[in-house]
Amino acid sequence: MNLVTPSYGLLFWTGITFCLLLLVLAKFVWKPVLNAVNARSQKIDEALLEAEKARQEMKSLHAENERILKEARAERDAILKEAKEAGAKMIEEARDKSKVEGAKLIEAAKAAIGSERNAAIADMKAQIASFSVDIAEAIVKESLASDEKQKALASKMVEDIKLN
Amino acid sequence: MSRTTIIRFLSIVTFLVLVSFAGNATKEKKFDVTETIMHHIGDAHEWHLWGEGHSGTSIYLPVIIYDKELKIFSSSHFYHGRIMPVVDSLKPTEYLLGEGDAKGYALFHEKIYKVKDGALQFHGLHPHNAMPMDISITKNVLSLFIGAFILLLVMLSTSLYYKKNGAVAPKGIAKFIEPLIVYVRDEIVKPNIHGAKHTRYIGFITTVFFFILVNNLLGMIPVFPGGANLTGNISVTLFLAVCTLLVTVFSGNKNYWKHIFATPGVPWALLPIMIPIELVGIFTKPFALMIRLFANMTAGHIIVLSLISIIFINKSEAWGLLSVPMALFISVLEILVAFLQAYLFASLSALFIGAAVEEDHH
Repeated sequence: MNLVTPSYGLLFWTGITFCLLLLVLAKFVWKPVLNAVNARSQKIDEALLEAEKARQEMKSLHAENERILKEARAERDAILKEAKEAGAKMIEEARDKSKVEGAKLIEAAKAAIGSERNAAIADMKAQIASFSVDIAEAIVKESLASDEKQKALASKMVEDIKLN
Repeated sequence: MSRTTIIRFLSIVTFLVLVSFAGNATKEKKFDVTETIMHHIGDAHEWHLWGEGHSGTSIYLPVIIYDKELKIFSSSHFYHGRIMPVVDSLKPTEYLLGEGDAKGYALFHEKIYKVKDGALQFHGLHPHNAMPMDISITKNVLSLFIGAFILLLVMLSTSLYYKKNGAVAPKGIAKFIEPLIVYVRDEIVKPNIHGAKHTRYIGFITTVFFFILVNNLLGMIPVFPGGANLTGNISVTLFLAVCTLLVTVFSGNKNYWKHIFATPGVPWALLPIMIPIELVGIFTKPFALMIRLFANMTAGHIIVLSLISIIFINKSEAWGLLSVPMALFISVLEILVAFLQAYLFASLSALFIGAAVEEDHH
C-alpha cells in the first residue's frame, strides 16, 4: 500500500522541478534548437534551389555559347567562301588581262618581226645586189682576161641585143 | 560561471556531504528479500551507499517538516537515533526515535510521525500518531534534482552550440541531442496534434519525454547518483499524469466537449449513460499513463533486485553465475523500456491532447 500512496513531499518537489524545467527548457532549449533546425533546413532548401537555378543558368549559358560558336563558324565559312570566290575572280581577271596583254605583245612582236624581216630582206637585197656587182665584176674581170672570151662575150651581147 | 567551475563546485559539495554525513554503526540482520526490495524501490531519507545496516555508509539527507513552524535538520538524527521495537505487531519490526533536532518525531518505514508520550502508538502494523507535513529532500527528491541538473546541463550545452554557431550542422553533444528533439517533434507531436496548433505543445511533450527518459536511465545506474526508483514512484507519475490531464482539459475545444456531453450519432436517450462514461474517460486516460509508467519502472527494478537477491537468499556466490547474467539481461531490457516508456508517455499525452484540439470533421 505504501508503494501506491503518493507522498506530498515528492509530489511538491516534482511539481516545482518539473515546472521550472518546463519553463527553462521550453524557453532556452526547445525553441532555439528547433528554430535553428528550421532555419538550417530552410537554408538547405534555399541552397538546393539556388544550385538548381545555377545549373539551369549554366545550361542556358552553354546553349548560348553553342549558338555563338555555330554562328561564328557559319560566318567563318561565309568569309572563306567569299574570299575563295574573290580569289578565283581575281585569278580569272588576271588571266583574261594577261591573255589580252599577251596577244598585244605577240601582235607587237609579230609587227616588229615583220618590219625587221622586211628591213633584213631589203638589206639582204641590197647586199645581194652589191655582191652580185662584185661577182659580176669578178666574172667580167675573169671573162675578159683573154681575147676569145672578149669576143665571145661581145658576140653573145650582140646576140642578146638582136634578140631584144 | 563556466561549466567546469560548476562541476568542480558540485563535486566539492558532494564530497563534503559524504564526509560530514557518513557514519558507522553495527547490527547484523537476517536477510529479508521482500523488505530489501521494498526498501530499494521505495523512498528514504538517506542515500545508502555501501555497507550493512548501521556500519554502512550513507548520505544523510535533510529533513524538512512543517509542524506549526518549518523545521530543517539532518536525517542522521533519526538514523542515529534510538531503535524502538514494535511490540504490538504480527511481524517483528522496529522504528527510529529521533534525537537532537529530531526530538519529538519518529521515523517508521521512512515516514515521519509525531511522538506521543515518548513513543509511537501502534495498531497492528500502522501507527496512528499525527504526521507533520513532510517535504524533505528524500532520496527520490535528490535523484530528481540530479536528473534535472543533468538534463539542464545536456540541453543547455546543446542550445549553446546553436547560439554560438548559428544554424549549422550539429557537432558534439548537439549531434546526439538534436535528432532526439527533432524526433519528438516530428514523430510524437506532429502526427498526433494536427495542424499549426502542435507548436504550442512541443514544449510540454518534449519536456515530459526527456524528463522521463533521463530519470528512467538514471534509475538504471545501480550506484550513486543513480538507482533511485523515481519514475517508478507513484507521486512522480501522478504529477506527470495530472499535467497531461490539465493540458488536455484546458486545451479542449468545443468539438471535444461536444463529444463528451453530446456524442454525435448517439440517441438522446442514451446520453445519461454516455455522459458519465465519457466523463470517467477523461480521467482514465491519464490514470492509465500514471499506472503504466509506475508499474513498468517499478517492475523492472523489482526483477533486477530479485535476481540479485538469489545470491543472498542462497548465501552462495556461485549463484551469481546464474543471477548476474540474468540481471544483466533484464538491465539491458530495462534500458529499452526506459526509452519505450518515455516514448509511450509522451506519445499518448500528445494523442490525448491531439484529440482534445481536433477540429470537427463531420
